[in-house]
Amino acid sequence: MMEEKNYCHPHKVYVSVKAVFHSDGGFKPVSFIWEDGQEYEISRVTDIRRAASLKAGGSGIRYTCRVENREVYLFLEEDRWFMEKK
Amino acid sequence: MGERVILHADINNFYASVECLHRPEIRNKPVAVCGDPAARHGIVLAKNYPAKATGIKTGEVIWQARQKCPQLVVVPPNYPLYLRFGRLARNIYSSYTDQVEPFGLDEAWLDVSGSTHIFGDGIRIADEIRERIKSELGITASVGVSYNKIFAKLGSDMKKPDATTVITRDNFKQVVWPLPAGDLLYVGRATKHKLARRGISSIGDIAGNDPGYLRSFLGKWGEVLWSFANGFDSSAVVRQGEESLIKSVGNSITTPRDLESDEDVQMIFYVLSESVAARMREHGFKCRTVQIQVRDKDLSSFGAQGKFSKPTYISSDLAEKAMELFRANYSWANPIRSVGVRGCDLIAADSQEQLSLFENEARRMKQDKIEATVDVLRYRFGHFSIQRAVLLKDNDLGAINPKEEHVIHPVAFFKEGRLP
Repeated sequence: MMEEKNYCHPHKVYVSVKAVFHSDGGFKPVSFIWEDGQEYEISRVTDIRRAASLKAGGSGIRYTCRVENREVYLFLEEDRWFMEKK
Repeated sequence: MGERVILHADINNFYASVECLHRPEIRNKPVAVCGDPAARHGIVLAKNYPAKATGIKTGEVIWQARQKCPQLVVVPPNYPLYLRFGRLARNIYSSYTDQVEPFGLDEAWLDVSGSTHIFGDGIRIADEIRERIKSELGITASVGVSYNKIFAKLGSDMKKPDATTVITRDNFKQVVWPLPAGDLLYVGRATKHKLARRGISSIGDIAGNDPGYLRSFLGKWGEVLWSFANGFDSSAVVRQGEESLIKSVGNSITTPRDLESDEDVQMIFYVLSESVAARMREHGFKCRTVQIQVRDKDLSSFGAQGKFSKPTYISSDLAEKAMELFRANYSWANPIRSVGVRGCDLIAADSQEQLSLFENEARRMKQDKIEATVDVLRYRFGHFSIQRAVLLKDNDLGAINPKEEHVIHPVAFFKEGRLP
């Protein structure tokens, strides 16, 4: 099978994510590790919807997260997470 | 029953749009998605609007396209990604109706007659679908809204990108009839010429002619086109799942190099037959007829078919029959560029079978078992874990894996070219 290629772009940052899987199904991301190696805690997920990121170049399920009092998007693209870089 | 509400959604420049979404740096440059020149698939598969503006056409070879547009950005196709986006688009469609009929990866008909009281009229649903494709997938679609499939499809072709076009019983004469005859579904090059020779150039010309006259030079299709042009098409949007009534299983390939001998062709027939046979077994079918398709390097082609004495899904049966047909029909005037093998006249594999007194049934059962074993080995260890010795003679030709590289092509509007 052909591999789905990865598209590298300076505005697209793939991140590692920690998530809690609930016993009744479903899950929620609790923290991610940014490219500087630091782990950031997600204090709240305020919105979940399917959305495209024209900036990073891709589409997936978009989690709107509060992180250190800022709003950031976390995209679940199939089985990987990416974020937009300013 | 009220008037039907049919939508036809067509994603604009599908492959190119998906590539441009994932590569923001080339979004505003002329972009063409092209096949692999090394494997001799080096043609333009799709292009974006800046590339289209330079006159580049789908199907052109890369150097022709580069002549028209030296700064053209050429990217290779990424089928798994397109399949994913096609699936996501279909997910959006199916939140409005269960009657979704895909036409290739990037087009689909939707019958929303039963959902207008929930979601609003056809235009409203069309606009909402466009909005969602844009925000959720990051690409755009054009949607045609009408009371039959033919006009809905015409509508989706009229305004691009990202637009809704409505064709009603009241406006179709003004909207559809001035369009060139070639825009009508199933008016191909040959039909267009036949029509043009008789002074029929627009869809309105077809509609205004006597169906009997059209029939006199186009056969049954004459009447079908006449009814299309007049908006009489009443064919149903085939519900999801039902369209999978498989009529035939086939594979064809443009080979990495021209085929020059019976031996080359036999090798490819084995490769294709293995894939066709494996897919028939996967779906639980046997075939009673095999068809071959051969195209030489000047692109002239012929087909031939032959019947089996009994239904089969054994690859060597297919390959041997294909070779027999080939030998009887080709005299090697030219080297060959592409070949195809297709099993048709399918029956369920577990149907009753008359055993033969004169054939070695024990041997056939053994072959059955061998092929089933090969399927399992390939499933567990990959396609190339086991191969026929004949395929080891040529690295280029033997390295083809048509079963997994098999790409979905648009299905015919009428399956198997059958008239409604």
